[in-house]
Amino acid sequence: MEAFSSLNSGVAPLNRVNVDTDQIIPKQFLKRVERTGFGQFLFNDWRFDEQGNERPDFILNQSGYRDASILVSGRNFGCGSSREHAPWALQDFGIKVIIAPSFADIFHNNCFQNGVLPVVLPEDVVQEIIKNSEDDPDYRITVDLEAQRVWDENEEIVAEFNVESFRRHCLLNGLDDIGLTLEDEDDIASYERGRSEHGGILSS
Amino acid sequence: MAPKTMFEKIWDAHVVKAEQGKPAVLYVDLHLVHEVTSPQAFDGLRMAGRDVRRTDLTVAVADHNTPTWDLSLPITDPIAQQQLDALSKNCEEFGVTLYDRFSPLQGIVHVIGPEQGYTQPGKTIVCGDSHTSTHGAFGAFAIGIGTSEVEHVLATQTLRQFKPKTMEVRVDGKLSPGVTAKDVVLGIIGKIGIGGATGHVIEYTGEAIRSLSMEGRMTVCNMSIEAGARAGMVAPDATTFEYMRGRENVPQGSDFNKAVAAWENLTTDEGAQYDQVVILDAEELEPHVTWGTNPGMVAPITANVPTPEDYDDSGDKESVSRALDYMDLEPGMRIEDIEVDRVFIGSCTNSRIDDMRAAAKIAEGNKVSESVYAMVVPGSNAIKRQAEEEGLDQIFKDAGFDWREAGCSMCLGMNPDILKPGERCASTSNRNFEGRQGKGGRTHLVSPEMAAAAAIEGHFVDVRVWRG
Repeated sequence: MEAFSSLNSGVAPLNRVNVDTDQIIPKQFLKRVERTGFGQFLFNDWRFDEQGNERPDFILNQSGYRDASILVSGRNFGCGSSREHAPWALQDFGIKVIIAPSFADIFHNNCFQNGVLPVVLPEDVVQEIIKNSEDDPDYRITVDLEAQRVWDENEEIVAEFNVESFRRHCLLNGLDDIGLTLEDEDDIASYERGRSEHGGILSS
Repeated sequence: MAPKTMFEKIWDAHVVKAEQGKPAVLYVDLHLVHEVTSPQAFDGLRMAGRDVRRTDLTVAVADHNTPTWDLSLPITDPIAQQQLDALSKNCEEFGVTLYDRFSPLQGIVHVIGPEQGYTQPGKTIVCGDSHTSTHGAFGAFAIGIGTSEVEHVLATQTLRQFKPKTMEVRVDGKLSPGVTAKDVVLGIIGKIGIGGATGHVIEYTGEAIRSLSMEGRMTVCNMSIEAGARAGMVAPDATTFEYMRGRENVPQGSDFNKAVAAWENLTTDEGAQYDQVVILDAEELEPHVTWGTNPGMVAPITANVPTPEDYDDSGDKESVSRALDYMDLEPGMRIEDIEVDRVFIGSCTNSRIDDMRAAAKIAEGNKVSESVYAMVVPGSNAIKRQAEEEGLDQIFKDAGFDWREAGCSMCLGMNPDILKPGERCASTSNRNFEGRQGKGGRTHLVSPEMAAAAAIEGHFVDVRVWRG
C-alpha cells in the first residue's frame, strides 16, 4: 500500500449529502477482475450523459477542479454497497483525501486499506471549505496526517482531525494489514485449538 | 461479572488478540465469498504466495452476475462470464467449496448461508457484501467487508476490527395484518435516517420482532446496513432453533440440544446497557413505500410525497429536490397515485419461501396489469423447488408474473435483469439509489405483498384495505 503523510492540493467541492457507492462507481463497472483502471468510471452517471459526453456542470468536469486531489462532500459519504471499487476508482482518478462531516463505516475502512485518507471535520468547517473552493478553483489546502491538521494558505481555516493511532501508523508507513496479522500466528493457532468444529460460542 | 449485551458476548468469545489503541484481531467462523468482490483478493494471495487458511470455514457462491433465465441458455455478457470463471478457477486452485450457477443448492449468498445451516447463533460471519447483516437474524455477528479485508480473512481467518457501539431498536406491540417485516425496517430507517446507526451494531428486540418468522427477521437484519449499522442482530429463540433443526451443517441429534443450551445463553443479560436505544410502536406502523433515492426517503402508503420545503436542513432540501427530480414525482402527490411499469419480487431482502407465499396470496386469482411487467425471482434453487411443490409458481404464472431462476437478479442490475432508463419499479429489494436497478431506472422499495398488489393494479395500493 502507498504511504500517505501530507498533501497540498486544490479542492473539488461535491456539495451533496449521502453520496453512495453506487454513484461513486456504478454496478456495471464492477465486473473487472483487477484493482486498477476504475478511475475512468468514477461518478459515471453524474459525469457523463447518455451519449457518454461529459456533463459540463459536474464539478470534476470543470477545468479548475478536475486535477484536485482533495474531494470535499456532505455527511455520510460512501454509504451503501461495500464495494472496494469505490476507493479504487477515487484513487485511480487521483483523489487522495476525502473530507466530509461523516463517512459510512465500510467505505471508511476500505479507504484506509488503499492509502486514501478520509478526514472527518465538523459540519461548519466542511461547509466553509466547500464555499471557499466553489468561489475559487485555485483554493488550496494542506492535509497533514502526522499532525492531524488541515489548513488553507492564509490560515483562515485551521482544523484538527483525529485518526486512530494504529490506522495512522499503517497509513504513514504504507503497512499491509495482512503481514502484521500474520505476525500473530501463534495467537491465532492457539485460539483455533480451543475452538469447536462448529465455532461460534461453542467450545470444544 | 458485569452484564453484557449479546453482541459483547460474541465479540469477547472471538477476540484472538486485543491491544490498547489497536483494532482487535477477531476470529472469523464463517467466510462467505462471491464473484464480484473476491477476484482481486485471490490475486493478492497468489502474488504473496499465501494459501486460504481455513477452506473448511470458507464457502463461495456465484450469484450477482448470474442470469435468471433458463439454465440451458448461455451467459451472453463476456465480462460477467469472465468474473464467474475467475471464481470457479480460484475456488478450484485454493480448495474452496463453490455453489456455482448449476449447483442444485445455488442461490443468493445470504439466502443459502442460513438455508444450508452455515449460519448459526454466536458465530462471527463476514462476506464482501454489505447485506451480510442478514445473518444476524440468528444471533450471529455478521458484517460486510471490503475486498482487502476479504483477502485478510482468506489469509488469516481473522479480521482487524475496532469494537462498534451498540444500539437497541425495540419494536413494541403487534403488527397489523398487511404490515410486514419490510415495513418494520423501512419504518426504522425512516425514523433514524440512513446514517442513524453508523458505527453501531443494532440489536432488534420487542414483541413485534419476537413474533416475526426467521424469514422476517432476516428481512429486518438485511436492511440494517441501510441505516448505516455495522450489523443487525436478533437473539436466538425457539423460532430460530426450529428453523435450524436438522439442516445440513448444523450440529445433529444430542449435539444440537447441547448447542441450543449454549445458544440460549447468548441473550443480552438483564441490566446490560446499550449505547443508544430507539423505540417504535408496531401498532403505528403502516405499509411503507420509498419515494426517493435512498432507503430513508420513505413514507407510509397513506401519505403524500413530501416537498423540499418540509425539511429544515439545507443538505436535506437539496437532496430531496434532486431525488424528486430523478424520480420524476410531483411534490405533494399521493403515494397511491404513483404508477409502476415493472415489479420485482426477489433479492436477499425478500426472496424466501415466506415472501413467495405472501406474494402468491395476493396474486392468486388476479391478473397483472397490462401496463406492468412483473417478475418473481426465488432466492435459491431450494426455495424455487419448494415453491413449485406448493404450487406457488402456477399461481404466479396464471396471474401473469414471470417465474425465474434463482439469483440476485434486478436488485443490483449486474446481470441481464435491469430497468430501462425512465422505467419505474416496485421492488422488494433493499436499495433505491440512482441507477441501482439500471441506469436511469426509478425504484420504490416495498414488501412482497405491496409489490404484488402494485403489479395487479398498476399503481401502489394499501394492502390492508385492498381486496383483489
